[in-house]
Amino acid sequence: MSEQSLDWVALAGRRAKGRRPQFLDDPAVERLYSLVLALAAEVSALRERQDTVERLLDDKGTISRADIEAYAPAGVAAEERGLATRAYVARIMRGFQQEVEAMAAQDPPIMHVVEKVSRA
Amino acid sequence: MATDLPPPYTALTRHPMMPRASHDEAARFNFLTHFNRYLSGPIGHGNRLAYETRVLPAFRAEHGREPQHRYEIRDAMNRDPWHRAWSTLKRNSMEMRQHNGRQVVLRQLDELDARARALNDASGQLELDPAIRQPDYQTVVDVHCQPGGYHGEERPGDVSAGANYDVGIFATTGGALGGLTDGGGQAVVAWVQQQHPGWRPRRILDVGCTVGHNAVPIAQAFPEAEVVAIDTAAAALRYGAARAAGLGVRNIRFVQADAEDLSRWADAHFDWVQTTMFLHELSAGSMPRILAEAHRVLAPGGLILQVEQPQFTEDMPLFEQFLRDWDTFNNNEPFWSSMHAQDIHDVMERAGWPRERQFVAAVRAVVDRSRFPGSPAGPQEDFGRAAIWNAYGAWKQAQPRDLAGEQTA
Repeated sequence: MSEQSLDWVALAGRRAKGRRPQFLDDPAVERLYSLVLALAAEVSALRERQDTVERLLDDKGTISRADIEAYAPAGVAAEERGLATRAYVARIMRGFQQEVEAMAAQDPPIMHVVEKVSRA
Repeated sequence: MATDLPPPYTALTRHPMMPRASHDEAARFNFLTHFNRYLSGPIGHGNRLAYETRVLPAFRAEHGREPQHRYEIRDAMNRDPWHRAWSTLKRNSMEMRQHNGRQVVLRQLDELDARARALNDASGQLELDPAIRQPDYQTVVDVHCQPGGYHGEERPGDVSAGANYDVGIFATTGGALGGLTDGGGQAVVAWVQQQHPGWRPRRILDVGCTVGHNAVPIAQAFPEAEVVAIDTAAAALRYGAARAAGLGVRNIRFVQADAEDLSRWADAHFDWVQTTMFLHELSAGSMPRILAEAHRVLAPGGLILQVEQPQFTEDMPLFEQFLRDWDTFNNNEPFWSSMHAQDIHDVMERAGWPRERQFVAAVRAVVDRSRFPGSPAGPQEDFGRAAIWNAYGAWKQAQPRDLAGEQTA
């Protein structure tokens, strides 16, 4: 078998066979979801990298790229990072989460409230 | 400190075939793991709220009756803005998992292929058959949005499909399957060892093994047994055989075969036939043929055990059926819906196992709980992906074991 190097960047993005459902009315919004979520993953990865750098500097005072690549959090560090990622996801997903809360609450339109307090 | 946090990606066992994820690639999987848990956890009940507060009332107003089928609920929910937004988030998460996994694998494919070749040449545990063609149900779409499915190759003879499956399933399942992603196989082993402690199967067939996540722990638990793991996809088998050899598990062979034709094995050859999360990947025509072959090669007194997500029985509310059906239409699992709607006991009876010999056992992933907290259940369950399954089993006639403690079908 030949060992030609692959264009892994192009190949990795290949679509899966099978028509993709269109979830939203506007395909442009569909694309925006994909873009924003990918950026969200990148920001999360950057935050982890920053955390790795800080933890290694705390421990060793100086670090190399190899140290970063080899870092595997365990115990308390793993939990702290997991919790930080959970909190990060909660921050970027606030709009969705509060929409769920609103469905449960079923608040009346604000004008109803304005009229009510203006009368009583 | 929260105890239900998913473990970091780096907690996965780095067996010799495991593609090496860079710091940031691991971090992307961590994001997806948390994101998937968020979709089914904190905002997962949004679908039920949308249904109960507006979708169901609108359905009743329009039709003057309750929904009678999960597809009616699906049609109605597909018009709901919340369910549509949630679905696009979930679909994107699947696509991102594939993209990240393929970036990890393809950038190091030369090394992975070389490692697999070396391990497989040395072990002799891989047996491919170029005459095996991929069944139509495996090629009609790329299953669970995995580009190329289990059989695709970026170049002839590579391991990209298997490696991508192994490297990313952690994110899809929220880290619930343990360090070697083998929590399903470990669960099967635990069930057998607890329920039938004296049983010593000599020959075991695992059907639809992909990369052997669930067959390897069976081989490890029964070191005296000979395990044959079959699949139609060479790309998955190459990786799986090398993975097993790298783990030092020698009593398992990975054989390319289509389970509709097991004629290379004599009647009653195996003491145990196992399938794990396999039936839903088939088709209405192939499933009974495969089960009939499984029955034929099973020895009297032998065990068949099939691990699946729960069936859509009459007891299961239609809304839960609808939720469990999401992957059928949105994640390229075309047989999921009709397979789960079948009476599995009828299907097994027609294949040769009388109902009175059948049983159902509930199994959950067995993992190292000190590092892997497992799948959320109840209202937080990630339907279709949670490591919470039913094992649909039967002992072929002439078995003397005491079946007390098992729920008879």
